Amino acid sequence: MSPSAALNSFPLAAERTELLSQLVRGLDTPGLLWISGYTAGLARAGVTAGMTGGAMPAIASPARDVQTDGAWLASIVYGSQTGNGRHIAEALADQLLARGLRIRLLRAGEYPLRELARERRLFVVMSTQGDGDPPDDARAMTDFLFSRRAPRLEALEYSVLALGDSSYPRYCEIGRRVDERLAELGARRILDRIDCDVDFGPAADAWKVQAAGSLHKLSPEHAGAKVAVLRAVPDAAPYDRARPFVAEVLANQRITIGEGVRDMRHVELSLAGSGLSYEPGDALGVVAENPPQTVQAVLDAARLDASQQAMRDGRSQPLSQWLSTELEITRVTRSMLVTIARRGAHADLAALLEPGQESALRALMSQTQLPDLLVRYPADWDAASLVGTLRPLVPRLYSIASSASEVGEEVHIAVARIGTGGGSPRPGAASHFLATRPDAALVPVYVESNPRFRLPAPDRDIVMIGAGSGVAPYRAFLQDRVATGARGRNWLIFGARHFSQDFLYQLEWQRALKRGTLARIDLAFSRDRHRHAYVQHRICEAGAVLHDWIEGGATVYVCGDAARMAPDVDRAIADVMERHGGMSAEAAREHLSALGAEGRYLRDVY
Amino acid sequence: MAQAGLSDVERIKAASRGLRGTLVESLADPVTGALADDDQQLLKFHGSYQQYDRESAEARRQARLEPAYSFMIRARLPGGICKPAQWLALDGLSETYANGTLRLTSRQSFQLHGVLKSDLKATIAGINATLLDTISACGDVNRNVMSGPGPATSPLHAEVQRRALELSEHLLPRTRAYHEIWLDGEKLATGQEEEPILGRNFLPRKFKVALAVPPVNDVDVFTQDLGFIAIAEGGRLAGFNLVAGGGMGSTHGDVRTFARLGDVIGFFAPDRLLAVAEAVVTTQRDFGDRQDRKHARLKYTIADRGVDWFRAEVERRLGFALDEPQAFLFTTTGDVFGWARDIEDRWHLTLRIESGRVADRGDARLRSGLARIAQIHRGHFRLTPNQNLTIADVAAQDRAQIDALVGEFGLGLHLRARPIQLESLACVALPTCPLAMADAERYLPPATAVIAALMERHGLGAEPLLFRISGCPNGCSRPQLAEIALVGKAPGRYNLHLGGGRDGRRLSELHVENLDEAGILAALDPLFGAWAAERQPGEAFGDFLHRSGRLAQSSGSAPASGTLA
Ligand code: SRM
Ligand SMILES: Cc1cc2nc3c(=O)[nH]c(=O)nc-3n(C[C@H](O)[C@H](O)[C@H](O)COP(=O)(O)OP(=O)(O)OC[C@H]3O[C@@H](n4cnc5c(N)ncnc54)[C@H](O)[C@@H]3O)c2cc1C
Ligand SMILES: Cc1cc2nc3c(=O)[nH]c(=O)nc-3n(C[C@H](O)[C@H](O)[C@H](O)COP(=O)(O)O)c2cc1C
Ligand code: SF4
Repeated sequence: MSPSAALNSFPLAAERTELLSQLVRGLDTPGLLWISGYTAGLARAGVTAGMTGGAMPAIASPARDVQTDGAWLASIVYGSQTGNGRHIAEALADQLLARGLRIRLLRAGEYPLRELARERRLFVVMSTQGDGDPPDDARAMTDFLFSRRAPRLEALEYSVLALGDSSYPRYCEIGRRVDERLAELGARRILDRIDCDVDFGPAADAWKVQAAGSLHKLSPEHAGAKVAVLRAVPDAAPYDRARPFVAEVLANQRITIGEGVRDMRHVELSLAGSGLSYEPGDALGVVAENPPQTVQAVLDAARLDASQQAMRDGRSQPLSQWLSTELEITRVTRSMLVTIARRGAHADLAALLEPGQESALRALMSQTQLPDLLVRYPADWDAASLVGTLRPLVPRLYSIASSASEVGEEVHIAVARIGTGGGSPRPGAASHFLATRPDAALVPVYVESNPRFRLPAPDRDIVMIGAGSGVAPYRAFLQDRVATGARGRNWLIFGARHFSQDFLYQLEWQRALKRGTLARIDLAFSRDRHRHAYVQHRICEAGAVLHDWIEGGATVYVCGDAARMAPDVDRAIADVMERHGGMSAEAAREHLSALGAEGRYLRDVY
Repeated sequence: MAQAGLSDVERIKAASRGLRGTLVESLADPVTGALADDDQQLLKFHGSYQQYDRESAEARRQARLEPAYSFMIRARLPGGICKPAQWLALDGLSETYANGTLRLTSRQSFQLHGVLKSDLKATIAGINATLLDTISACGDVNRNVMSGPGPATSPLHAEVQRRALELSEHLLPRTRAYHEIWLDGEKLATGQEEEPILGRNFLPRKFKVALAVPPVNDVDVFTQDLGFIAIAEGGRLAGFNLVAGGGMGSTHGDVRTFARLGDVIGFFAPDRLLAVAEAVVTTQRDFGDRQDRKHARLKYTIADRGVDWFRAEVERRLGFALDEPQAFLFTTTGDVFGWARDIEDRWHLTLRIESGRVADRGDARLRSGLARIAQIHRGHFRLTPNQNLTIADVAAQDRAQIDALVGEFGLGLHLRARPIQLESLACVALPTCPLAMADAERYLPPATAVIAALMERHGLGAEPLLFRISGCPNGCSRPQLAEIALVGKAPGRYNLHLGGGRDGRRLSELHVENLDEAGILAALDPLFGAWAAERQPGEAFGDFLHRSGRLAQSSGSAPASGTLA
């Protein structure tokens, strides 16, 4: 029988289908993935056999072990908000599974906390969000770990990969705390923690190799079938951050009006021919170039010549090229400050880097960019050392604001242009890049999937809470719900500054209300005369109804500003549960955590 | 009660429960700065119009934002009289809620522009707190009653003003909707109030009343649906001539619509004023066209049915016959600027307010200056039908103080400007008026400047000339009565009307259509030349054009029709 004939014989005979459903009933995601990988491995072996005409090799069946407690060689747990950590954890899992090792891969939110005490080997990939906060999905786990309820973990071996961004004052805070806490609880490090900045690729690769190597030494009885690597969401994306698709700009429209508000852009890009697909909730990665005026300002401030060649990672190209397309010059990092302080012998800057100066440091980092620093803290620069000091330019993420079922091979995003009015006087790299792309210009992009932030079943209600550009994914949600005829009700709670200036997508929400596809909208404008309000005020006012919706099974989404809006909204929803659900403050909190764990309280904040 | 063929506004009024509609809900809807469609019609009866900034509308549409909706609010100010405290209050409201300017209208009232829906209630309540209101300032009702504010040259003035007030009150709707919606008045549980004069469906269209005291026809009494000319006898008010059927508005290219001067119908004694007004109003209520709103003003009712029918119908309702009209003489429709003394020895300073716009612009800080005057002034303010302002009832010893403020804030335009710049009117038009086809208010200063320069070249710089611009043929600045008028046709383009009478009794004629500025000047140049060369002593431009037959040589378009009294 040829392999293709075997495939064509699907569906299975009835008794096999029955067996299959018995087998998969009650299995969790890793178990299912493992089986799919295992059977794929079998299939692949069959293919080989078929082609060579040889016998099918005997394969030890590890399937029995799937549900056996403690039979895991190792667990890989990731806490990830924007997918970086997930990618790393998945890649590690793929490597180990490919070697036939029995491991399991879990999101932090699905990790059964009571199993921690029995865990033997743990690899943690953990990013830091907010202002040194855990990713939403990892809150329950970190709360548990950091609490007094955490068990002793003398039998555990572990390693932590911390993800972060050194332009934040609390760099890799959560990864570090998890690492320290596990040690405190008696666990033993297999490998030292590594802290990964946004250019985490090489460091993470090295960690994966070491992690895999640490298992290699272990007893061979854990080895099983050769398992092919498959994933529930196939990672078949033809383009990724390393190889972005070059998309054409179809439209770039300002969607705010007036001086008092930030320039916001609605950008439509063509994905035609890319094969890229996305789901509502996903983000678009944009590989931008730095603003030319900022590049020039760096050159001026460092008194360097644009055309001078500079070497980095074994490549040589003109300095201006490095600064425009490869290195970060708009975001200030701690290591950048350290180098600048040292190079120019600036004691005052060095002092800012001492403990206790966090708020001054924070102000410096959020209000200045590289050229400002180079002017304020002059030093003698040469091209090579400047290029060596900076870190790679990383793509920026934008919540996708369209549903493919509505717009076909297009993707829409809403971009807040940083550095036009208020705050930082210099433009943000990617937002400026996008805002200044005319029609037909090219923008390198990729899709960053965000499986945590998904629509529920079509008959479920949703409450979408967001401020500013945080409304973007809700446009995608609503388009999708309308296109798919979802019957659940949709409720938007939106905040901006001025009703008349930045009520983003106003005409579209009005239309949706008229058609009944949007069941309810609540609006809060923070800078409107006589009636300033934020979304959390609307949440309080609508408390009784919100409580009803949630009790009726609605999923609540929060998107947008992580620093202020998200915590305020979180508190407001907890208050609502307390007040209208007759719960204690503590019970309300727990209820919210439970909703989070169930996937009914989802946040995508940045 | 809607009948087939009735205009949509009739349906809306009928269904409105006494002008309530769903205004309360519309005001509360946070998703839009607009009202529901039907409520937009009803709002007018409460003294406000929904508008939007026309210049930003396209950019906003592309930004996926609705137009920048805002509201114009018009006060009811019979005879244009108000107290300094009320002026200050309106000034404050315009700063807090509106665009920071006040607009004096061609019917002696105030307008605020740019009030957001969310501030509408507070603004209207604020106006009421000053003991003014906005009821019936717009809508199918009797509008602001005009009465000449000129410094009292006879005791008639005070009495006519008193009767204007009385008339305005008498013709108000009885519905309490206004108090419920804007002033948190108690809600009527069910049904709606009777409207003995206006009727359940109110009037077919807007209705305008003015009272004139000869020899000054500043109220343009012949342009009103209903006009009263005060007749004096031995210094006392002997009675009124009834004038009916005037109106300015027409539609470009629609010959069924036209400007019309009112007919002088008859004379009656002063104490019958309310009864006569009521008889005219109810005649129009019952016979006015409720199907075609373009044909619904009293002028069409009279034009269609004849003056005799009208007089008979009014007399039937009155139960007595009107007397023969008394003789009267008007010499001017304009204002006299500067200080004037009345018969009671009080002083009145009339200031030129270009297009009635009270704003601080450059050296002419009208808004600040008038607010300062309002702080010290103990008399009244009178808004004139020519969009100007009289600081009225000033004691002789207070004049110097006011003069000083006039100097300090650059309020003395009348001391500097050319006659044409003083004797002109312009309607609001762009950017707020939804019906505007061209600029008016914003084009007035440059237009008068270039025309004044042309006159200068012909040695006519000092000649008075009645000039009016409107942004469309609705004629809110009553251009059909000017000696030279521009009626908006498209951005930067106007129809040139010529030959109106300075006493408000002769309509102008359409001379050339669709001119830009160069075309306007080119058309005027030879006419000014002829006027300078051939006129008789003191002969006004309009009179000259008529006498010399120059209008007969006009572009051939039909002159606006009208009945001359
Ligand atoms: C403010 C004012 C002009 C000014 O610059 O002073 C004005 C402004 C408007 N007039 Fe007027 N009219 C104003 C006096 C007039 C006059 C003069 C008069 O009443 O002495 C006329 C000509 C007389 C007449 O009624 O025929 C006038 C004839 C119109 C018409 C045409 C009516 C008609 O039946 O032909 C309209 C359009 C309509 O009613 O459909 C109109 C409509 C309008 C509206 C409300 C536009 C609209 O319907 O949406 C304008 C608001 C513009 C804005 O942004 O403020 N306005 N309007 C005057 C307010 C008077 C007041 O205080 O009540
Ligand atoms: C999951 C996710 C989804 C996102 N979705 C969206 C979206 O839908 N729309 C959107 O506009 N953005 C979104 N962002 C933010 C976006 O990725 C970029 O961070 C943002 O556009 C700034 O990038 P930039 O390159 O223009 O500025 P940078 O060059 O990164 O920053 C320049 C300077 O501006 C400061 N800065 C950065 N962000 C802000 C800010 N918000 N306000 C004030 N100053 C700032 C920095 O401190 C720095 O000094 C999302 C982020 C994440 C993680
Ligand atoms: C809103 C926001 C806040 C962040 N705050 C921090 C922080 O406080 N400290 C830090 O080291 N990194 C911070 N980061 C950077 C992320 O940790 C970094 O981008 C990481 O690669 C994300 O990994 P993930 O995609 O797995 O969540 C923040 C990122 C975002 C978007
Ligand atoms: S004349 Fe026309 S343009 Fe001018 S205010 Fe009246 S309606 Fe508007």
